[in-house]
Amino acid sequence: MSNTRHPHPNGEPRASQSDGRPGRNFNVVVLRQDGPGRPSYWERHIVEYEQDMNCISVLQKIAANARTADGRKVAPVAWDCNCLEEVCGACTMVINGRVRQACTALVDRLLQDNPEQIELRPMRKFPVIRDLMVDRSRMFNTLKKLKAWVPVDSYLDMGPGPRQSQENQQMAYVLSKCMSCGCCLEACPQYLKIELERKEGETEEEFHARERELHDRAFIGAMGIAAVDLFNTNPVGRMTATERLDALVAEGGIQICGNAQNCVKVCPKEIPLTTSIARAGRAATVHMLKRWFDR
Amino acid sequence: MARHRVIVVGGGLAGLAATMKLAELGVDIDLFSLTPVKRSHSCCAQGGINSVNSLTRQLGDAEWKHFDDTVYGGDFLAHQPPVKEMTEWAPRIIDLMDRLGVTFNRTPEGFRDQRRFGGTLFARTSFAGATTGQQLLYALDEQVRRWEVTAHVKKYECFDYLGPILDENGVCRGSIAQDMVSMEIRAFPADALIIASGGCGLIYGRSTMSMACTGSAVSRTFQAGARYGNGEFIQVHPTAIPGADKLRLMSESARGEGGRVWVPRKPQDPRPPQDIPEQDRYYFLEERYPKYGNLVPRDIATREIFNVCTKEGLSVENDRLCVYLDVSHLPRQLLDRKLAGILEIYEKFQGVDPRATAMKIFPAVHYSMGGLWCDYERTAEGGLNIGSPRNQQTNIPGIFAIGECDYHYHGANRLGANSLVACIFSGLITAPGAAALVQNLNGRAAAELPSTLYDRETQRHLARYKELLARPHDGENPYLIHRRLGDVMTKAATVVRHNDELDWACEQVQDLEDRARRASLSDTGNWTNQNVIFTRALVDMFPLAKTILKGARLRDECRGAHYKPEFVFPEIHATDPVQRRLEAEAWCDRFVENNRRWLKSTVASWSAEDREPLITYEDVDTSLIPPRPRLYGMVGGDIIEQVWRERGVREEAAV
Repeated sequence: MSNTRHPHPNGEPRASQSDGRPGRNFNVVVLRQDGPGRPSYWERHIVEYEQDMNCISVLQKIAANARTADGRKVAPVAWDCNCLEEVCGACTMVINGRVRQACTALVDRLLQDNPEQIELRPMRKFPVIRDLMVDRSRMFNTLKKLKAWVPVDSYLDMGPGPRQSQENQQMAYVLSKCMSCGCCLEACPQYLKIELERKEGETEEEFHARERELHDRAFIGAMGIAAVDLFNTNPVGRMTATERLDALVAEGGIQICGNAQNCVKVCPKEIPLTTSIARAGRAATVHMLKRWFDR
Repeated sequence: MARHRVIVVGGGLAGLAATMKLAELGVDIDLFSLTPVKRSHSCCAQGGINSVNSLTRQLGDAEWKHFDDTVYGGDFLAHQPPVKEMTEWAPRIIDLMDRLGVTFNRTPEGFRDQRRFGGTLFARTSFAGATTGQQLLYALDEQVRRWEVTAHVKKYECFDYLGPILDENGVCRGSIAQDMVSMEIRAFPADALIIASGGCGLIYGRSTMSMACTGSAVSRTFQAGARYGNGEFIQVHPTAIPGADKLRLMSESARGEGGRVWVPRKPQDPRPPQDIPEQDRYYFLEERYPKYGNLVPRDIATREIFNVCTKEGLSVENDRLCVYLDVSHLPRQLLDRKLAGILEIYEKFQGVDPRATAMKIFPAVHYSMGGLWCDYERTAEGGLNIGSPRNQQTNIPGIFAIGECDYHYHGANRLGANSLVACIFSGLITAPGAAALVQNLNGRAAAELPSTLYDRETQRHLARYKELLARPHDGENPYLIHRRLGDVMTKAATVVRHNDELDWACEQVQDLEDRARRASLSDTGNWTNQNVIFTRALVDMFPLAKTILKGARLRDECRGAHYKPEFVFPEIHATDPVQRRLEAEAWCDRFVENNRRWLKSTVASWSAEDREPLITYEDVDTSLIPPRPRLYGMVGGDIIEQVWRERGVREEAAV
């Protein structure tokens, strides 16, 4: 984060004890940013401990309180969330240095590991909209580029889909649990942030088209590679595998992967991303050779 | 001629199904959602999706039986033609979702696997692990993305729908929405508007619902003149994990796969559950309902769990109400293959492995059977005339309602795994109706209308927004008012309802509404202001909260999820056979009389002047399956069922 205005505040009042026992308060520091292109800054809040808290209830308390540790009235911290049970992917942020969902980040465990404080910051690989909210539309653009869908003829009644083995179903199910949270991309050294500013006189459409073009040329990341793997093993998806393989080996494709294997370690759904990368890598190699011979 | 556009508000299963089908029919769509649609609340649906299938058919099942289970489960409050049509479409809907790539669990031979769910004796439920809703949502999300690439669909994600735009004839001509990032308020012309915004669980504070389920889109449409049906019918799911921020669902599929609900016979037995021997366990659902066991419908399971804790004092814990939901006797391999998704949720949030130890669960607000009133066009055979614009259209011309936010299909209680099929079905069938409506507009398309109508509405909403920002800073905190609203609603209008408590709640809610309308914001900025979005949603919770309370207050009976102890029919106590029969006859007489008075949909319309709902009642189309006592083979209820059957035979003989 290049534009961090100042590091953790030290001189500010803190909760004296944060050992996680009822009735005690604990410290939460949040890396805030008022909007795109604005400087970021740390802010300390004191939160009253309750049983069974997670980082969502911490942020709810901060929003309800809207006062910093030193009593200053501030705008509530902005953050994304929806399901609160780790299936929607919305509340992804960096908590005590680790990218994860705020809803499953339980306060008791965080304070066990670090009784001093809980540190919340936005993901670094996506443009900050405000505070802990980031714009992850690039992930959805990647899914467009990769044609991550089953290209059925129509939505009319054509009977059931193809029969599948339990083994295939299990493999596809695991890949299909990807909730586009972005953890794998945050942890990936090859995935770099793209942040655009709207030019003067540029319409919204023009801006999004320009952005889309940049997204299309940038690295698709582990989640994109796994999506190709998922749809190219689907019995119907396989029929258009070539289109997805073309995208997989195009600019920003699988060749960017540096095999750091961070992705698989941070995936909250325990998707075997490196297995997918290996499988997709083999398919890409075969595809390249075939293309070369077919010339 | 300008191309016609349809606006869809909400990108869960219903909204996405409608969008995808409309795109296929050549209609352009603007899709609005509070969140990226892939993060919609449908992803929280766990257990599965119901339909008759080739296996159940061979055991005697048929579409008609799915239809019958659904209306019986809903205590006969649903209009029957839409339900009949839905159950007939269900097998085709699952086939379609299968083709779209949903990773349904498979049998060893490669067919779709099914499990049993509540309120039926057949294994009708197809499932993808224990995250079926997520998998269905993703398949539709992918299809809609496909149409987005070809520019048939334009998504407006992170937009807050502020209300419909009606012309001087009261016809819908578009909607107003606010960009939740830039806070810009804009008018969007359209020839039809489909509301698919889901449930309103946040009115209850904590529920199993997602944070986007505020009901605001529905409330704003209601306040613009749309009617609201059966508001008081709120489903409380029997099994959820209590939590500080949310009550997390523990799917019925846990019981569908063999999970058992029990409490120790000795109150607050201190032994860990796995050390309590069989004879010291009280499997109260199995004992009271031997036929359906743990798979009685949700309203019944919820009341039994509630009673065993409150009346019988058998809660597992002393200071917190809960019972055991036990899957620890099931093979680990089965649990991992079929239920991993939900067991992981329990493990992550409770830190206990439910494969080894019984889970502690308690009921939680889960689903709204009621919703925007909408129409349907019936065929002579009792199904729906597909393609008719009347299907799912509200009383405001041009506005449709689908999914959880319509009032069809589930009556007074929804059966598990019927919501997913209802959402996709209502979405799919609304597409041809809405397409027919916009393609046969007699007047001009919305895109050709003068901009004055749109400018006026934009200005009106802009003024309201500015008023919110300009409120004095010394008012109350909206988050605290919301918490209080949730407490009041949960106390008065969930499992057990009493008229005095409902009266009290009506007063409380009125007071809270007055306070919410004066609450002040802690953020008055004009960029990504979540404070504004929340406060406005809070203010819009009150019309629906009042509709729920008033509907419940007026309905002096027990039906499905609506339960007032004061109006419970007495159980048959006599042991003497003649006396038993007499009591059962009286019971049946009372049943007939009660239906004459109360087998009616509650229909509310909003009075802006009084800020109160006006309640009327509408007859229910029960022409296909006549109402009958809903006992689910309860121990002691057999004589009632026998007397009722004999009456039916006599009536038929008389005809």
